[in-house]
Amino acid sequence: MFANIARVLAQSSNKCLPLIRAKHSLPDLPYDFNALEPVISAEIMQVHHQKHHATYVNNLNVAEEKLFEAKQRGSVSDQIALTSALKFNGGGHINHSIFWTILCQNGSSEPGGELAEAIKRDFGSYQRMVDLLVATSTGIQGSGWGWLGYNKQLNRLEIAACANQDPLQATTGLHPLFGIDVWEHAYYLQYKNARPDYVKSIFKIANWRKVEELFGKARHD
Amino acid sequence: MSFQLPPLPYDYQVLEPFVDKETMNLHHTKHHQAYVNNLNGATKDSDIVAICQNIKNYPVAVRNNGGGHYNHSLFWKWMAPVGSSNVAPTGTLKEKIEATFGSVDEMKKKFTDAALTRFGSGWAWLGVKKDGSLAISSTANQDNPLMAGVADVEMIPILGLDVWEHAYYLKYQNRRGEYIQQWWNVVNWDEVVKYYDNFASKNNPVPINQ
Repeated sequence: MFANIARVLAQSSNKCLPLIRAKHSLPDLPYDFNALEPVISAEIMQVHHQKHHATYVNNLNVAEEKLFEAKQRGSVSDQIALTSALKFNGGGHINHSIFWTILCQNGSSEPGGELAEAIKRDFGSYQRMVDLLVATSTGIQGSGWGWLGYNKQLNRLEIAACANQDPLQATTGLHPLFGIDVWEHAYYLQYKNARPDYVKSIFKIANWRKVEELFGKARHD
Repeated sequence: MSFQLPPLPYDYQVLEPFVDKETMNLHHTKHHQAYVNNLNGATKDSDIVAICQNIKNYPVAVRNNGGGHYNHSLFWKWMAPVGSSNVAPTGTLKEKIEATFGSVDEMKKKFTDAALTRFGSGWAWLGVKKDGSLAISSTANQDNPLMAGVADVEMIPILGLDVWEHAYYLKYQNRRGEYIQQWWNVVNWDEVVKYYDNFASKNNPVPINQ
């Protein structure tokens, strides 16, 4: 009797398992909406997290569901048609999930440890790295992100710009360490058109401890 | 002879409540002004239509700022306070829209969809192709359909909608759909009809004065 029950359970779980697919969820912010004031206003943090990031998460789940269905149907064409939606929303989810963690209320003034050494080696100085990242981020046309990333193959830090929500690693191979969202939604309510002011100010709330940790992981994993 | 910021044909608050005064002010005096300044710094050429049509011969600064200047110069004219224009296209353009899309409402649906699905910054367009047919498309950043070799659909734009976040964020935040829906209230259809009748239907791009 138990063998029969076991067999029925095994058969039904084969049918049920594919239906239970993990969905992405909006990560909590590691701080209150007002924690990053006066650099980033509470209003921006709330809309950015609860509306923009939440929408990427929802749309990513929808896109992945459609991708699964297309695969079940054996339609390669339909899978390919979903690549934009996956890149936009998947990239948006990846990028913002990183972003919340690399900002903090009382940012340490400069990176330390291995990261500090690497910055000195690859840019000459912390300030030079900042100047480059500021210029790159400010100069992005339209929407995108400026990144400090790690090139594992060449063992060096690099500055890169990505358009829209293109995720850094999938697009360039660089491991993301510190990113600046320069979509207008990231700053407009507070800074209006003054993107340079926002980009320069963001270093006051940089969570260099977290960035050092990301660097360590990227280097040693 | 350098490019100039064209004056707005109306005061900053006249498109309220659909497009807010603060956005109109910033959009015109900061964003468009910056495109003009940067364009003047990037090229000595003065025919903006020719620049757009030959954009592949110019550096990216001209593409971004030349596009920005052309697009916004028309954008201000494509809008007008409620009551100052017909609320729908008229004449030949109306017939053409109905023949192409089925109805004006269907055209608006397609245009709205183009505006909604443009990811990131860009514009949605209604334009006239070389063969005289109407089409709807969107472009990224400050590209426009005059830009041969750059735009997916090359055509003469007769109506455009800015969907950069700066065009709507102060009032609508992430609600781009609501912005688009409200924007239809201030479309200056008389001007759009003029652009079709006098320029696009004759295969000529709409000129801007500056």
